[in-house]
Amino acid sequence: MAVIGLAYIFLRNLFAVVMLSGMFSLTAAVLYVVMDAVDVAFTEAAVGAGIATVLGLATLGLIGVVNEKPSKRSFLGPFLVVLVTGAVLINATLDMPDFGDPNAPIHHHVAPRYIEDSGREIGVPNIVTSILASYRGYDTLGEVTVIFTAACGVLVLLGRTRRRKPHGQETGDRETASGDGEAAK
Amino acid sequence: MKHKAVLRVSSKLLMPPIMLFALYVQFHGDFGPGGGFQAGVIFASAFILYALLFGVNQARRVAPAGVIRTTLALGVLLYAGTGVVGLLLGGNYLNYSVLAHDQVHGQHLGILIIEFGVGMTVASAMITIFFIFAGRGRDERGE
Repeated sequence: MAVIGLAYIFLRNLFAVVMLSGMFSLTAAVLYVVMDAVDVAFTEAAVGAGIATVLGLATLGLIGVVNEKPSKRSFLGPFLVVLVTGAVLINATLDMPDFGDPNAPIHHHVAPRYIEDSGREIGVPNIVTSILASYRGYDTLGEVTVIFTAACGVLVLLGRTRRRKPHGQETGDRETASGDGEAAK
Repeated sequence: MKHKAVLRVSSKLLMPPIMLFALYVQFHGDFGPGGGFQAGVIFASAFILYALLFGVNQARRVAPAGVIRTTLALGVLLYAGTGVVGLLLGGNYLNYSVLAHDQVHGQHLGILIIEFGVGMTVASAMITIFFIFAGRGRDERGE
């Protein structure tokens, strides 16, 4: 994964970068399987490696394959920011309990209750499903609403069918410009 | 893509199993890994495969924008509506235990319904986004 991440930075061909992001997701999915999180791995493989790659390719088809020129600006400032943020994050992980440590706080909060009672209360063999859909129903409703909102946003920004008037080309272009501006915000 | 006979035939063969697998993931989510999100994405990928091979315009004819938009909203409505039904039957919002006589049955039913809503919304959202992205490039190339 680190190799793919480094390749991200140095590659200038956007097509290769999209393909690499798919590979990165697939590697992450394999990692999740190794850590016994099958549901997460499934989602990562389907969404990250599948749909995201296809959408990235569709976007490339929209803007054309561009070989970005190396920028002339100094990379020292951004590099420092990344370095400091990375150091803080790594410092924070030092306090985390070991992987699989039974005394970790996360295994003492609600997890034992879910594991012990969900069979009796929900009766669904897959505890992940019963937590997602029943115990954490509000969260999942929120997630669905987020996806719904995303699709609505795309529909509003890009989905309008442009009528071809004699001078409609310019209005269409102006709409695109304003739409991109909103997306950037 | 007019002449890629091998691709067209093989993907035609692949599409029904993809959809069937999506439905399996959808309704087997209680027992194995899977659920609405994954199933929706897999279901959408069948449409995306179709659109890649036969063109977005042809795929739009198979899945009209109006129908997709309706299912997009209907999925969220199904989810939220299940919560409201639970409310009306005397439970808390999104508490499925009151949906059937038996608490466990109610939970089963509720999870099945809301997962179906999730799947509908996710599939329609993915199809919508892909069609718009892919269809837009086609317009600008003047086809």
